[in-house]
Amino acid sequence: MSVYLDHAATTPMLPGAIAAFSEAMTVVGNPASIHSQGQLKKRMLEEARETVAASVGCDPIEVVFTAGGTESVNLGIKGLFWARAPRRRILVPGGEHHATVDTVEWLERHEGAMIDWLPLDEHGRVDPAAVARAIAAHPEEIALVTLLAANNEVGTIQPVAEVAALAAAHGIPVHVDAVAAYGHVPIDFRTLRRGGVSAVSVSAHKIGGPVGIGALVLSRRATVEPLVHGGGQQRQVRSGTQDVAAAVAFAVAAAAVGVDLPGENARVALLGQAVVDGVLAAVPTAQLNGDPDPARHLPGTAHFSFPGCEGDSLLFLLDAAGVSVSTGSACQAGIPEPSHVLRAMGRTEVEARGALRITLGRTSTMADVDALLAALPAAHAQASRAGMADRVPGR
Amino acid sequence: MSGGVDSAVAAARAVEAGHEVVGVHLALSRMPGTLRTGSRGCCTVEDSMDAQRAANIIGIPYYVWDFSERFKLDVVDDFIAEYAAGRTPNPCMRCNERIKFAALLEKAIDLGFDAVATGHYATILTDADGNRELHRASAWAKDQSYVLGVLTQDQLAHSMFPLGATPSKAEVRAEAAERGFSVATKPDSYDICFIPDGDTRGWLAERVPPATGDILDRDGNTLGLHEGAAAFTVGQRKGLQIGTPAADGKPRFVLEVRPITNTVIVGPKEALAIKEIAGTKYTWCGVAPEHPEIAFDCDVQIRAHADPVPAVARLVPTGSTTDGSTTGGVELRILPVEPLTGVAPGQTAVVYLGTRVLGQCTIDRTVSAVPVADSAVAAHA
Repeated sequence: MSVYLDHAATTPMLPGAIAAFSEAMTVVGNPASIHSQGQLKKRMLEEARETVAASVGCDPIEVVFTAGGTESVNLGIKGLFWARAPRRRILVPGGEHHATVDTVEWLERHEGAMIDWLPLDEHGRVDPAAVARAIAAHPEEIALVTLLAANNEVGTIQPVAEVAALAAAHGIPVHVDAVAAYGHVPIDFRTLRRGGVSAVSVSAHKIGGPVGIGALVLSRRATVEPLVHGGGQQRQVRSGTQDVAAAVAFAVAAAAVGVDLPGENARVALLGQAVVDGVLAAVPTAQLNGDPDPARHLPGTAHFSFPGCEGDSLLFLLDAAGVSVSTGSACQAGIPEPSHVLRAMGRTEVEARGALRITLGRTSTMADVDALLAALPAAHAQASRAGMADRVPGR
Repeated sequence: MSGGVDSAVAAARAVEAGHEVVGVHLALSRMPGTLRTGSRGCCTVEDSMDAQRAANIIGIPYYVWDFSERFKLDVVDDFIAEYAAGRTPNPCMRCNERIKFAALLEKAIDLGFDAVATGHYATILTDADGNRELHRASAWAKDQSYVLGVLTQDQLAHSMFPLGATPSKAEVRAEAAERGFSVATKPDSYDICFIPDGDTRGWLAERVPPATGDILDRDGNTLGLHEGAAAFTVGQRKGLQIGTPAADGKPRFVLEVRPITNTVIVGPKEALAIKEIAGTKYTWCGVAPEHPEIAFDCDVQIRAHADPVPAVARLVPTGSTTDGSTTGGVELRILPVEPLTGVAPGQTAVVYLGTRVLGQCTIDRTVSAVPVADSAVAAHA
């Protein structure tokens, strides 16, 4: 039986979400239709929207369902950017998820955006003072500020409220990518909104819902240009027939967030600490990445660098031992790239290649942690022998 | 597993032979293309997906291993440098030598594997003493033992070629179709994998800026100008654009390219005939001959798809070469029984004993069968 320790990539769907998904699919009707079947579907959809809204502390009308986290981030960033024309400057920290990095770089290439990359400290945290300086330099030119609520690779929680306050002082909208944070730290959109946040991106499959649905939580006052045009569904912001079954399944997972969050995360945090302690004991050369303060770190994320090893060698050997982990960084054709997050945190490219991310979730147990710690020493020894990818053959 | 039909069938056969097999796709570019184009059969995301689908059907795990950095240094940069030095490199051999049976094999062994199996058409035999020998594949038309000539005894001991005994490529395709591989009818790749559109000359011209230089005859007389010596290949006739006709009125061919002086030497077709080839960079494939300094009969093959020709070979201290150079090394000197054409420095000469690959050398120098009275032009190192 495989030990699954890659919950940040995706986490098992809740049995209740699977059941609700299947059941909702048996009901025919387009929620935009006027007849009874349409109304039935519409009711299911809006009940789901209310549940999701409750899980992030917003009004139901503020939940715009999308096809997932990446679409939400694209809609949040591009939508705000276009609506804020002629302002062209975007403030974005280094080490953001590729959904953000690639979106702002696309805007730079095609839409004349100017990107101010904000530095990260050694723990992966944005310095609000740097944000303040960047805003002060061009207060009138800035279209938006975007940042992660918590980093998806190293787990560091960002000072969202502080950054938002700085932007709000100049009327600059803020988009928050909360895909990695959702379900692990409380999100209260009403508080965030008052503090200057316009939009928050979340995804269902990170919390036990299905892949293929997410939401952009969008303040009433925020104006975004839509990415897709059509039937005008969801405030004219996201046209297209709404996926009621996926929304219903999302809602089941979202309801669990509200009920389980404190207890579940305390449990996962204990397991996460066991991973950190165990890995550092088993491999003394390993370096823990991200903020070591548990209050400023996602509870179930443990990210390490193993100097002298390729992350993908370790991943392969642990996989062969039945333990599924991640290098945490983006893949192009299955090739793990050096972590751009670690690079943004000031690490060398070599350090950025020897990284491993272990992420826990609802189904994780101490037995999973034990299995990892049992397999790691041998895997690490063997991966160290194989060395780095640029080694010269025939040593 | 490149995403082609050969490696897919090789993997399936290795599984059926009872081995515990893991499919590995080599990432040789940091920025792979998305879709396959033209005659390239590897290295795009689509090819990687083809390989993974074959692994799925076989039921083996599949991973991508990144050798892009080593590939750039050892194969791509080497190809450019060799070309700039006026030699004719074979990047596929270099890849076998430095990547597939070196970087990949070493990493595999360090990670706990016993061997690398590939879809090459060649055969490994074990002699009575347990030594490995590399032999031609049963299907001579597809035989790839030439490009594996760089393998040493140790590498052979950790290599497997499950397709070696297959009578024909058609049979491999039929087997792939029977196994349900989507790549059963995928076209063969024949271009250099890292040159996307197959335009090798254009690709090289972008990386080795050409400069105008002299075209000389074998006696050193200037006949005209060229626009970059590296763009010429020994044996080439077209594109010389020499104004003065030859005294005998016969066409002239490129005999030699000298990148250091940026000159191209031309002469009559007869002068292309080569009676001796030699290289100091040689290896033995499997067990070395007992007395390689004593001349022995063999066959020599100078290109992947050339016919082997009978020859006599031996190791000679380079101090005794005819051009008087004294590097203090040893070279493998090969004298074909009949003169060879189409030989250029940088190419690999593979020496066979019957079907067995005995060894190889990178050709450093050639000696024309038609001597030049006043110089050893054609024997230039």
